[in-house]
Amino acid sequence: MAAQAPTAPPRRRNRRRLLGEFLVNGTLFLLVALWTVPTLGVLISSFRTPWDIQTSGWWTILPHREWQVVEEFPKPEGVDPDGIMEIAGVQGTFEAFRQGIETPDGRRVVWVGNKRLGKIQIQERRWTVRTDFTLDNYRAVLGGKTFELKAPDGSTFTVQGDNLIGAFLNSLTVAVPSTVIPILIAAFAAYGFAWMRFPGRRLMFITVVALLVVPLQIALVPILQDYVKLNLNGTFLALWLAHTGFGLPLATYLLFNYIHTLPRDILESAFIDGASHFVIFTRLVLPLSVPALASFAIFQFLWVWNDYLVALVFIGAKPDVQVLTMRLAEMVGSRGNDWHLLTAGAFVSMVLPLTVFFSLQRYFVRGLLAGSVKG
Amino acid sequence: MRTKAETPPDAYPGPVDRRATVFGRLAISAVIVAAAFGVLLLGFQWLRAQTPTDNAQKALLSMAAILWGVGGIALIYVVLNYVVESFPPRLMRAVQPYIFVGPAMAVLAWYLALPTVRTFWISLHDRTGESFVGLANYVAVFTQRIMFEAFRNNLLWILFGASLTVVFGLAIAVLADRSRFENIAKSLIFMPMAISMVGAGVIWNFIYEVRDANSPQIGLLNAIVVALGGEPQAWTALVQPWNNLFLIAVMIWMQTGFAMVIFSAAIKGIPDELLEAARVDGANEFQVFFRIMLPYIGGTIITVLTTVVIFALKIFDVVMVMTGGQFGTHVIATQFYRQAFTNQNKGYASAIAIVLLLTVIPVMIYNLRHFSEEEAF
Repeated sequence: MAAQAPTAPPRRRNRRRLLGEFLVNGTLFLLVALWTVPTLGVLISSFRTPWDIQTSGWWTILPHREWQVVEEFPKPEGVDPDGIMEIAGVQGTFEAFRQGIETPDGRRVVWVGNKRLGKIQIQERRWTVRTDFTLDNYRAVLGGKTFELKAPDGSTFTVQGDNLIGAFLNSLTVAVPSTVIPILIAAFAAYGFAWMRFPGRRLMFITVVALLVVPLQIALVPILQDYVKLNLNGTFLALWLAHTGFGLPLATYLLFNYIHTLPRDILESAFIDGASHFVIFTRLVLPLSVPALASFAIFQFLWVWNDYLVALVFIGAKPDVQVLTMRLAEMVGSRGNDWHLLTAGAFVSMVLPLTVFFSLQRYFVRGLLAGSVKG
Repeated sequence: MRTKAETPPDAYPGPVDRRATVFGRLAISAVIVAAAFGVLLLGFQWLRAQTPTDNAQKALLSMAAILWGVGGIALIYVVLNYVVESFPPRLMRAVQPYIFVGPAMAVLAWYLALPTVRTFWISLHDRTGESFVGLANYVAVFTQRIMFEAFRNNLLWILFGASLTVVFGLAIAVLADRSRFENIAKSLIFMPMAISMVGAGVIWNFIYEVRDANSPQIGLLNAIVVALGGEPQAWTALVQPWNNLFLIAVMIWMQTGFAMVIFSAAIKGIPDELLEAARVDGANEFQVFFRIMLPYIGGTIITVLTTVVIFALKIFDVVMVMTGGQFGTHVIATQFYRQAFTNQNKGYASAIAIVLLLTVIPVMIYNLRHFSEEEAF
């Protein structure tokens, strides 16, 4: 540091460094905001009432200036809605009043309702926050039964729940075995490739490497034919096997890279002591490989949980086995404008992966750094 | 289940005896394997027959299914290994490796290797799969308008999506490296990686939501546009093909974290002396970045770019959820899905899948070359 730029006097250098730091952190902050605000908006909206969501942006929960009613009275006698009217000191047509006419002192006169039974509102721009939060949206998407929601005017209406709890359970039933099975199969194979010598070993491993980037679209049509023949369509087993197949090349490759670097002498001494390959694998290699197993497990779990295509193809229209991503995508189609339900639904689908992600981020990053691409 | 004690002892049997014991053991092995698979099959059928009436029952059944799946795979390995270890030593040593790698290879063959050949075969047939049509499906893929649109869009995804992902990832990695808030910033930028593309589609649809010009905008983008005096737009539906860019933004949002993490690790791998030496020699920060950092992590950039390009090639969920392929936003993968499962034209869809495969062949070759150069195997 002392050798740096001896021409600049210390104070100027200090100021430049501060400026640089400010620029770096400022830009970084902007980028972070850009990356988090979309999710934040959905999270906040999922707790707002349907009425609030439809009539105002989610950022209105922050202090802002908004037109608010300060006075309301029935339409004055004798005004003619079909001509130019003068109300509360401003002139305009019915259409203009419906839009609201501003008075010179910053107020606004608005005609509410139709021509015959209208009311007049005097509004003023005031600082306000919209903090009418609710859990009803979550109640609506989680349950499967119909239930009642309250509209802002006090009336109630019934809605059919989206049963995301059921879909959540399905996602879990799909994701856990779809993570464990490929890891176990891949770990066995990785051990075999790393510690056993047998004919065909090299060719088999080359196959694994070659399949690393094969897009899974290549398999969907023939595998679906097989599933139809085996009557496996719409079962969890079908999805487990498919996710196993598609995740296996990467799993085998990553675990091989790890297992073959384990110290040879530990294994050899165990072998000399008479332990079989199976015992060495289960008692020694698996426990030693926990970091690599964890990395891949998180990777695969997130991948399966967030998968849409594989589930869509192999589960199709069977509603009782649909996973979260499918239900959510369906809600986008059927309830495209019900943002109170969509935002809550989106968040239900994110809760578990986000928890896994933030609590085990270290392993996830390690897995990414060790890995490559998944087909 | 039978125990080892029931099989005859190993002590010096005569040649005839030995053959008999080997056969006996093989028979017992077959019985054990069959029994294990039988138990699993019964479990599967029982689970499948259940129809839960409420979510509490469903939760119990989910747990049972998970136990069946996870326990089943473990049981298969335990049984297979038990059987193999009861073989005579020479046979055991010959067979055991295939117990370890065999299941993996079988699954890979069924789910990836054979389907490649089978899909190619299907792609040479018509929509029903009955009559052979040669390369007609490929001709259609490369001449039809809908596919031209899909190819063009995937090109946009690669040109803008992949390159901007790398640019943002690199910029954030470099900035974060100099900031006190490195960890929190990286965590937050990385977060979209954990979100499903369907969820991301919902999040961004909400950003792009458009309302009538007279009512308040609830979509953030249109609210900003209106606040700046513009007109609200339906971003993902208008001005083709540039509406694709608004879908591509979702991919950039999701993948930048990945690029950033890899770049961040690579940047930390640059020796400090190298950077210090350049600074002492009077290089400014831009020169340090372009002349030292970039060349040093060039290999990493190529790797990340490749990964993101493959991601862009296979993009599906985002388009499916946000526009369903309308307004000129179809991509290769959505056309594949539409042809295969909506139009039921398996031949045509398979041709699309093969084209998709061809696009990643260079990466495959690179991987194989890289592998054979390694001494480890």
